Order: sequence, then structure tokens, then C-alpha cells
Amino acid sequence: MELRARVPEGPIEQKWDSHRFDMKLVNPANKRKYTVIVVGSGLAGGAGAATLAELGYNVKCFCFQDSPRRAHSIAAQGGINAAKNYQNDGDSVYRLFYDTVKGGDFRSREANVYRLAQISVNIIDQCVAQGVPFAREYGGMLANRSFGGAQVSRTFYARGQTGQQLLLGAYQALERQIGKGMVTMYPRTEMLDLVVIDGVARGIVTRNLITGAIESHAADAVVLGTGGYGNVFYLSTNAKGSNATAIWRAYKRGAAFANPCFTQIHPTCIPKSGEYQSKLTLMSESLRNDGRVWVPLARGDKRKADTIPESERDYYLERMYPSYGNLAPRDIASRAAKRVCDEGRGVGPTGLGVYLDFAAAIARVGEDAIRERYGNLFEMYQRITDENPYKVPMRIYPAVHYTMGGLWVDYNLMSTIPGLHVIGEANFSDHGANRLGASALMQGLADGYFIISSTIADYLAAKKLAPVDTTHAAFREAESRVAEMTRKLLATKGTRTVDSFHRELGSIMWEYCGMARNEAGLKIALEKIPKLRAEFWRDVNVPGSADTLNQALEKAGRVADFFELAELMCRDALERKESCGGHFREEYQTPEGEALRDDEHFAYVSAWEYAGDKAAPVLNKEPLDFEYVHLAQRSYK
Amino acid sequence: MNVTLRVWRQAGPGAPGKMVEYKATEISPEASFLEMLDVVNEELTLAGQEPIAFDHDCREGICGSCSMMIDGRAHGPNQGTATCQLHMRSFEDGATIFVEPWRVRAFPVVKDLCVDRSAFDRIIAAGGFITAATGGAQDANDVLVPKLSSDLAMDSAACIGCGACAAACPNGSASLFTAAKVTHLAQLPQGQPERYRRVVEMVAQHDSEGFGGCTLHGECQIACPKEISIDTIARMNRDYMVAAATMREEKVGGGSG
Amino acid sequence: MRTASLWSTTVGKKIVMAVSGLIMVGFVIAHMAGNLQLFEGADRINTYSAFLHGPANEVLWIVRVVLLVAAIAHVVSAYQLTVLDRAARPVPYVKRELQAATIGSRTMRIGGVILALFILLHILHFTTLTLQPAPLTEGDVYGNVLASFRIWWVTAIYVIAMIALALHLYHGLWSSVRTLGFERGRLDPFKRPVAIALALVIWAGFTIVPVAVFFHLVP
Ligand SMILES: Cc1cc2nc3c(=O)[nH]c(=O)nc-3n(C[C@H](O)[C@H](O)[C@H](O)COP(=O)(O)OP(=O)(O)OC[C@H]3O[C@@H](n4cnc5c(N)ncnc54)[C@H](O)[C@@H]3O)c2cc1C
Ligand code: HEM
Ligand code: HEM
Ligand code: SF4
Ligand code: F3S
Ligand code: FES
Repeated sequence: MELRARVPEGPIEQKWDSHRFDMKLVNPANKRKYTVIVVGSGLAGGAGAATLAELGYNVKCFCFQDSPRRAHSIAAQGGINAAKNYQNDGDSVYRLFYDTVKGGDFRSREANVYRLAQISVNIIDQCVAQGVPFAREYGGMLANRSFGGAQVSRTFYARGQTGQQLLLGAYQALERQIGKGMVTMYPRTEMLDLVVIDGVARGIVTRNLITGAIESHAADAVVLGTGGYGNVFYLSTNAKGSNATAIWRAYKRGAAFANPCFTQIHPTCIPKSGEYQSKLTLMSESLRNDGRVWVPLARGDKRKADTIPESERDYYLERMYPSYGNLAPRDIASRAAKRVCDEGRGVGPTGLGVYLDFAAAIARVGEDAIRERYGNLFEMYQRITDENPYKVPMRIYPAVHYTMGGLWVDYNLMSTIPGLHVIGEANFSDHGANRLGASALMQGLADGYFIISSTIADYLAAKKLAPVDTTHAAFREAESRVAEMTRKLLATKGTRTVDSFHRELGSIMWEYCGMARNEAGLKIALEKIPKLRAEFWRDVNVPGSADTLNQALEKAGRVADFFELAELMCRDALERKESCGGHFREEYQTPEGEALRDDEHFAYVSAWEYAGDKAAPVLNKEPLDFEYVHLAQRSYK
Repeated sequence: MNVTLRVWRQAGPGAPGKMVEYKATEISPEASFLEMLDVVNEELTLAGQEPIAFDHDCREGICGSCSMMIDGRAHGPNQGTATCQLHMRSFEDGATIFVEPWRVRAFPVVKDLCVDRSAFDRIIAAGGFITAATGGAQDANDVLVPKLSSDLAMDSAACIGCGACAAACPNGSASLFTAAKVTHLAQLPQGQPERYRRVVEMVAQHDSEGFGGCTLHGECQIACPKEISIDTIARMNRDYMVAAATMREEKVGGGSG
Repeated sequence: MRTASLWSTTVGKKIVMAVSGLIMVGFVIAHMAGNLQLFEGADRINTYSAFLHGPANEVLWIVRVVLLVAAIAHVVSAYQLTVLDRAARPVPYVKRELQAATIGSRTMRIGGVILALFILLHILHFTTLTLQPAPLTEGDVYGNVLASFRIWWVTAIYVIAMIALALHLYHGLWSSVRTLGFERGRLDPFKRPVAIALALVIWAGFTIVPVAVFFHLVP
């Protein structure tokens, strides 16, 4: 397949403006004649659905939670970036663009990233207008904090609940449109297949999670804002329901999957405490502003933290990366933590943990100031661990957090299937091989509020679509495919629970396709995963029936997709013989153990194309060229 | 540790339900309450029975999905915690724990411990927003918001829409949820133009959903995982009273109420 | 937009409860003061009553009308709210632990009913003199009160009714100000105690009369 990125001509500053001028418009009277399906009500989907409805399109919005307000975006803590330069510390659109491309380790599309940086400014305006209670200075102006991977303070936040407040803004706008009848909301409804007619996305097939009814929905365009697939690893900071099903089934209908192996491991999460562990909790990276990361100098030092004298502590981030110190980017901080733990200097019962120490900050600014900044994060930590972080240092360890990979999209956020648009974490667009903190919320909202609304018009106006409705044979075919899969899952009645399979898959992925990867390991994973997948279909036990709320059945379908996606991730990781961002191949590192990129051979986006269950997927490459940010080895020293 | 659970089981909407006893054995005190239920569900599955259905997603107290009446208290014994943040160390070894769904007419049971909270979405749709279509916004710093106002607004905005307030209220009133949103927006300059329309529409919707009235019992404030204060209810009442007294639709000018 | 009416919503009705309740509070305090004159002997209180029914008669009627309206509004909205609140939880919890509700807040309804009955009996008793536990004479308030409260069960009824009133006000005084939108600071350190104190004063101020009469402590 050919990958046409459709990046507009002209200097990067003008690309988006001139593109918006060149794009076709749909005249207001005609908008309501178009039905747009938006799957997902997170920052991307929620903002997109609301904005499209404001414009007059007839929108159908879907989410699997019982309310659109519960989308996983709600969990984002730290903040959202914007190049406002309110702090007058030298920030600019160009710098945000530069930081993001560099932070992404030169594996993202410059034009998209520049547009993201430009729009970041409007996002904050929009959210404030909606009543998002961002933190303020005493004068009444907006406050900012700094975040990993940046030397300027450009992060806007609302206590430790930024994602929640942003999502509520989008959700309230969405509810307003629902109230006006412009959006039909389908909560507790899961998209299980994409319907493609004449090579164009024309609808979806869903399962009503309460009645089990399999339903078809036709439309003129389909937008997926279904989030990331970090739950492949079973243990991640993602919400339990986060899944890859929507994008995976779209992939199997012909949408290319880009950079599947680019997963982000977040350095500051609460370490795992036991087998029963169902998810990992993130401690916002903003904590690294005031917390100092350290481990004992001596391996196997089991003394209590406060009894270890300064001289016997290793503040390894400050030591290895003097200029960024504790604010080194995520992938770097995570690997450093893994390294010290592998050396046997890890802390806590499992030895898989490092200290995040606030003693110095508390001494400097006082406990109240710290409480003001991180109060609810500290409470969260104490609630989970039963330890008081004002007194003893936090214990943290890296955990899977975000997936840079996703469905391949062009500059208009359209996938390789015409009419199928992908926004938010579900696409691969802006973060390259590593995402900087506080930039996913920015991307989700940029895509949802400002980009999809104009690019979809271009698509709809340009294309003459034959009218179709759900009586079309393609819908029947998709419905029966879904029904068949459901039947099989319920019929197997084996001896293992869905979770036990998911856990096992997760540990394989963490072991061989996690923070550090190598050829041998990936090959082992590529043997183990299909075996486990076969066993899953032979031996899984999914209780209950298809015609009621059946959470085990929902999980089973998602895990089935994770198996296939996991395999693709390992393939991608194996094929990419370089280290970049979140993808660290042990074979390719500098003497100091830093990631070693190979721009000559790997400065491209890998876009995998489905070739049927039997055949291996086909790799397509979108070359990346860097006109503005010059390729250089990322250094945060 | 080992505990005995008495859990409400109900096959579907409108179906008859009953309390059923289960044993949860060798549970780590470090496990969360939901992780304990996961373990029980795995055993039920392998024993060929239907696992207990319960809503959950983020498991870190922010999405508002989890919703259980534990030993007669919404979200269980600890204050300022959602069910998913509750850990087994908060219970005695050998304890018997009652687990029930929210019991409010406006939240019909979907299955076991899952209820339908769409009534809350409709209350928001009725007026819980600031009309600001995408695109038209002025620069964010053109509106100055006194730190105190924005902090107070944030206190109310912290509501996660879990429904514990209505579940805990002896009158089945969702006043705290409604008041939280009303006061979040009324606290900010941007919220002024629609201030009175908002409170009237939202209260009317709250009632037509079948929630009860507020007698100021104060149970909601104790149950609320975000510790939202019933002072918000007083502020909502005040706005309602002004709207009723003046019949004004909109308030001109800024300021923060 | 839907207009904010005091009848259409629970919040509206609640405001009616608060206003009417506070009107009655005002009366009750005045009435209590009036009653306490009993301790200054027969002439004092009888002349006071004579004054009310004589020169101040118009005023008295205005007060009566206002009170009647308030009482009716109060009872009607109380009834409607109670019905709505009951309907809001059709299926009760198997296990329920209240943590914040006070005995005051929990007894508003039953206490209200007791008060309603009391007020009826009370007016038939002292104002219309329809009920005569002991022979009562028009105009001789002092004598009537003494005669009545020498009877143990009359005194008992009044004492019980006053406990109901005290509980009703213990919660009512506190909650009414919130209904009317006054709220200061998260934990309102100040309002509960004031409500309690006022409720106690009113309780004592009323109860002391029948009790004192019963034990022959009145001149
Ligand atoms: C703990 C945590 C903290 C974070 N903190 C930050 C931060 O501080 N700053 C930052 O910039 N980023 C942060 N992130 C990342 C950021 O929150 C996410 O990347 C972003 O919110 C994703 O938004 P989204 O709209 O793309 O997807 P989501 O918010 O995940 O929404 C997905 C939506 O799709 C729906 N959906 C999914 N599958 C289906 C299906 N099959 N059928 C129907 N509906 C479906 C879901 O119901 C949901 O509504 C954080 C992430 C985590 C996990
Ligand atoms: C022990 C307590 C009380 C005593 C001894 C008492 C005594 C009296 C007496 C003697 C009268 C007749 C006055 C007159 O006709 O001049 C009266 C009238 C009345 N009392 Fe009480 N009272 C008591 C408590 C209350 C309470 C608690 C209420 C209300 C809740 C109340 C409400 C009234 C009313 C409404 C009237 C009629 C006033 C009128 O219209 O003339 N009383 N009371
Ligand atoms: C006549 C019989 C009465 C009945 C049936 C009655 C009933 C009630 C009820 C049910 C409530 C609670 C309403 C709610 O919050 O849902 C209430 C509140 C109240 N009542 Fe009464 N009551 C009566 C008499 C009185 C009297 C005599 C007084 C004053 C002396 C009074 C003062 C109040 C006050 C101040 C409140 C608080 C209102 C609020 O919380 O906003 N009531 N009453
Ligand atoms: S007010 Fe509190 S209890 Fe009620 S919904 Fe919001 S968070 Fe839950
Ligand atoms: S418990 Fe109920 S009565 Fe009011 S104060 Fe809370 S809503
Ligand atoms: S599961 Fe999200 S709040 Fe409990």
C-alpha cells in the first residue's frame, strides 16, 4: 500500500493555515445531512464529538463506560503543555515543536508536531472559557509548572486532576450537544468491528454491553478516539477497560498499524506489591520537580531510607544527567531505574524500586508548599502503600504507561482506509518514539477540538458517497463475524480464566518487549505468544451468557486482540534494529548505555498492513525527513 | 486474611435479587477491595458460577465507576476514598462484609452491583456547562480569576460523579452532586452569564429524575470520596432562591459568587 | 428557561419550609416570653391577654392569619417533600449505617406530626376553650393555665410536645439558614452550637410553665 502523508507544501509555520484555506468546506445547511460516528468519549473523542456537533454534523458517539465522563483521560494527573510563554522563560511554538520532535527521538512527522505546538495555545484558551479551573497565581493569572524533557515552565495543571478537569470540560460540551439532540450518545456500547464498503469506512458494529445486542450503525465517516493499548502488558497505569479492540479490528479491515513497538514506560509508578495486583498506579511525573531520585550506593543495602547517610546515597539521575537531573525524559529515567535495580541496588520488599525523596524540598519550601502542590498525590500514595511520603521517601518503579504507536494517519488524521479517521492516543501521529510529559492531553484536545473538525469537512466535501444503510450485506457479514467470535469464546468453557491468560501474556511482554529488548528475547516471545494464544482459544473459560452484562466476555474479546497485537509489537521491535526513545534494543547502545539511533536505516515510520490470519503482516515504510530539527543524538547530560 | 462476603446478586434490570454469601480466603491485606473481588470472581468462574458484576475502570479513585455500599456505608469505612482505593487492611480478619449496589430509584440496578447512573449525565445536559463553542475563546489570561475563587471552584469540580452522595442520602437526594457542579461554575467569572438558568434547569432535572429533596442530613458529605462539602448545597440553594425571587434568567457582569 | 418556582422543585419547597418555619420560630419566641409573665402573677398575664384580645385585636388577627398561612405552607410542603423523599428509595439497604444524620434531622417528620397534633389540641384547649380538662373560664388565662397543669396528664402532654419542638428546632434552626443559602466556611464552627442553645432556651422557656404549675411553684 502507498502511504500518502499529504503534508501541505510551504514553510512549516504556514502549512496548517494554508492547508485550512485549501481544504474544502461543507456548507452549514448540508452538515446535518452527514452522520459522523465518533468512537470514544475521552479527550480526543469527547472534544471531537462535541465540536463536530457544534458545527452541525449529526454525531453518534460511543463509549464502553457507563458515562462518557469516565473515559480513561480522566486519570491524567500532571498537566497539559502549551506554548503560551506566560512565564517569559523563552518558550515559543517553535521551542515546543523542537522539544517534542527531539523528545520523540526523531521518529515523528515534523509537520504534525509543528501544528500541535501551534494549536496548543488555543487549547488553553478554549478550556478556560469552558470553566476548567486551572491553577492560578495570586494575581489571578494562570500558573505553570515544568515537566520532564523541557527546561521551560509550560505545563498548565488543575491540582493533580488535570485530565479530569479537561475531560469534564469536553464532557460538558458533549452533554450540551446531547441535550440539544445533536449527538446521540451510546454508553456501555463497545465497537467490535468496522464496516468498509467499496474501500471506504461506512459504519461500525457494536455490542450493547447490557443487553448483549449486536447492532449496526452506518455513517459517512468514522472517527476512532479509542485510546492506547498499554494493557497488552496486563499491568499498566491504564484503566482496566482500556483496550485495543477498536483499532485492532480496524487494522484487520485494512488500516495500517504504525510503530506498534513504541511503548512508553513511565518512571514514577508505585511498585507492584503482589500477584493479585490488578493495575499499577502512576505518581505524576510532576513530582520529579521537587523529588530527588536515589538508591543506596551499596548493593543489597536493606537499611531504612532515613538511616542511610547522604554519603552512601546515589542520586543517579543528577549524577548521570547533570543538566536535566531528575527531570530527564521518561525513557531515560526509566532505563536508569532498571539499570540500578538490575545492579541489585533496588529498594523495597521486591528490590524493584527506587526512592523519590522530598526531604530536601520540604526543608527548602516547607511541608505546606509541598502539600499545596502535590497534596492529593501524596494522599493517593499513602492510601495505597500505608506509608507517609512527607516522612519517608516514596518508592517508585517504572511501569507501562502510554503507547506512541497506533493506527497510521496522514496529516488530516485519516487512516489508510478512506473515511476512517483516528485521533488521540489511538493514532501514532505526534510523539515519535517517546512522548514528553503533558503532551498527550495536548494532542488529544488538538485532534478533537481543532483538527478533525476541519479535516473531516475536506473529506466529506471532496467525496461523493453513495448512500448506504445498515441493510447492506457488509453489515450482515460484520455482525455475523462478531457473533461468531462471541459464540466461540463462550462455547470453549475451558479450565483457565481470561485474567490468567492476560497475566501470562503480560509477563511475556514485560520480560521480552518491555524496557529493554534484544533479538534473542523477541524471538522467544514470538514463539511463546502464538502458543499461549492457541491455548487461550482451546482452554479459556468465559462464564455467563451473551445476552446480559458479561464483563468476562468483554475482557475475553479484548485479550484475544491483545494476543495478536502483542505479536505485531514484537515483530516491529525485532525489525527495528536500532534504539530510539521508548524502544531500547540492547544490541544498539552507546558505551555509556544510551540509546543508539540509526537514522540512516531507520528514520521511517513502520506501518504494518494486515495480510490475513495465515500470512505474516506486510511492512510499509513512511520515510521521515527532518528539515527543521536537525538529527542529533538526544543528549540530556 | 479471610473474610465472609454477603453480596447482592441480581441477574438483570428488574429481576429479583438476594444477598448471597461467599468466602474470600487468603487475601493479602495489601490487596485492594476490588482485587479481593477479582480473586473471588476467578474462583467463582472456575467453579462454573457467574462472577459478581461490578463497575470499575481507573482503580485509582478518579473515574467514578466503582460504586458499592460496603457494610452500610457508601464506598466503605474510610472517608475520602472511593471503593477502588479501599484496601483489605481496613477490615478485620474474619470479618463479615455486606456489599450492596447504590439504592436510589434514579439509579436502577443493571446487574449485581452495577447501576445505571445516566440520570447524572442528564442533569449535566440540562445545564451543567458553560456555553463556549470551540474556537471563539479569548486569550486565557484575559479573564483573571482570583486564586481563592479558582481554588473553591476546584474543590467543587473535584466531583467524580460516582453517585455515593445519592446512595448515602436518607432521602435519595443527589443534591451534593448537583450543587458541586452548580458551585464549580458559579464560582468562576466565565460561569456568570448562565448562572441562574443553570441552577434552575439542573435542579428541575434533578427532581424529574426522581431524586429526593435535601433535609441537610449531611450523610452525603461523609460518603463523598472527594469530600465535597454540603456548603455547596447552601450555595446552590442561594442561587436558586435569587433566581426564583428575581425571575432573572441571566446575571450581568463578572465577580465570583 | 423553566422558571424557578417555589412549588415546582424540592429546593423551592425547601425554601418555603424554611421561611414558614422561621416565621413560626419568631412567634414561638414571642409566645414563650408572653407565657413567662405567668410568674409575675395573675393580673400581669391576664391584662396582657386582655390587651391582646382588646386594643391589639387587629394585630392579633394579622398575626393569626400570617401564622395560619405559614403553618399550612409548612405542613403542605413538608408532606410533599416527605412523599418525594420516600419514593426516591423504593428498595431499602439490607445493612445501613448512618454517620452524620442527627437525632434532630431524623425526627423532623415524626416530630412535625407531633407538633401538628399538639398545636390543634393546644388551640382547642386554651384559645377556643373547647377542650376543658378542668373547668376553664374565658379571659382568665392565669386560672386556666393553673387549673389545667395541675392535672398530671395535661402537663405530661405539654412536656412531651415541647421535647418534640426542641428536637425540631435543634435541626431546623441550623438547616433553615442553609436552605436560605447562608454558609460560611467549610465546617461552620459557629452555627450548630447557636441552634442548640436557642432550641434549649425555647424548650426550657416553655416547659418551665407547666412543670412549675404542677409543683405549685407559681405565685
Ligand atoms: C495514569 C495516567 C496519567 C496520565 N497523565 C498524563 C498527563 O499528566 N499529561 C498528559 O498529557 N497525558 C497524560 N496521560 C496520557 C493521557 O491521559 C492519554 O494519552 C489520553 O488521555 C488519551 O486520551 P484519548 O481520548 O485518546 O483516549 P481515552 O481517554 O483512553 O478514551 C478512550 C475512549 O474510547 C472508548 N473506547 C475504547 N475502546 C472502545 C471500543 N472498543 N468501543 C467503544 N468505545 C471504546 C472509551 O470508552 C473511552 O471513552 C496519562 C495517562 C495515564 C494512564
Ligand atoms: C407549655 C407551653 C405552652 C403554654 C403554657 C401555652 C399557653 C398558651 C395560652 C395560655 C394561650 C392562650 C392565650 C390567650 O388566649 O390569650 C396560647 C395560645 C396559643 N399558643 Fe400556646 N402555649 C404553649 C406552647 C405553645 C407552642 C409550643 C406553640 C406553637 C408551636 C403554641 C402556639 C399557640 C397558638 C398558635 C396560640 C393561639 C394564639 C391566638 O391565636 O390567640 N403554644 N398558648
Ligand atoms: C405544624 C406541624 C409541623 C410539621 C408537620 C413540620 C414538619 C417539618 C419537616 C418535615 C421539616 C423538614 C423539611 C425538610 O427539610 O425536608 C421541617 C423543617 C422545619 N420546621 Fe417544621 N414542622 C411543623 C411545625 C414547625 C414549627 C411549629 C416550627 C417552628 C416553631 C417549625 C420549624 C421548622 C424549621 C425552622 C424547619 C427547617 C426548615 C429547613 O430546614 O429549611 N416547624 N418541619
Ligand atoms: S459529590 Fe461526591 S459523592 Fe456525589 S457524585 Fe460527586 S464525588 Fe460522588
Ligand atoms: S445526605 Fe441528603 S439530605 Fe441533604 S445533606 Fe446530603 S443530600
Ligand atoms: S474505579 Fe475509578 S474511581 Fe474507582
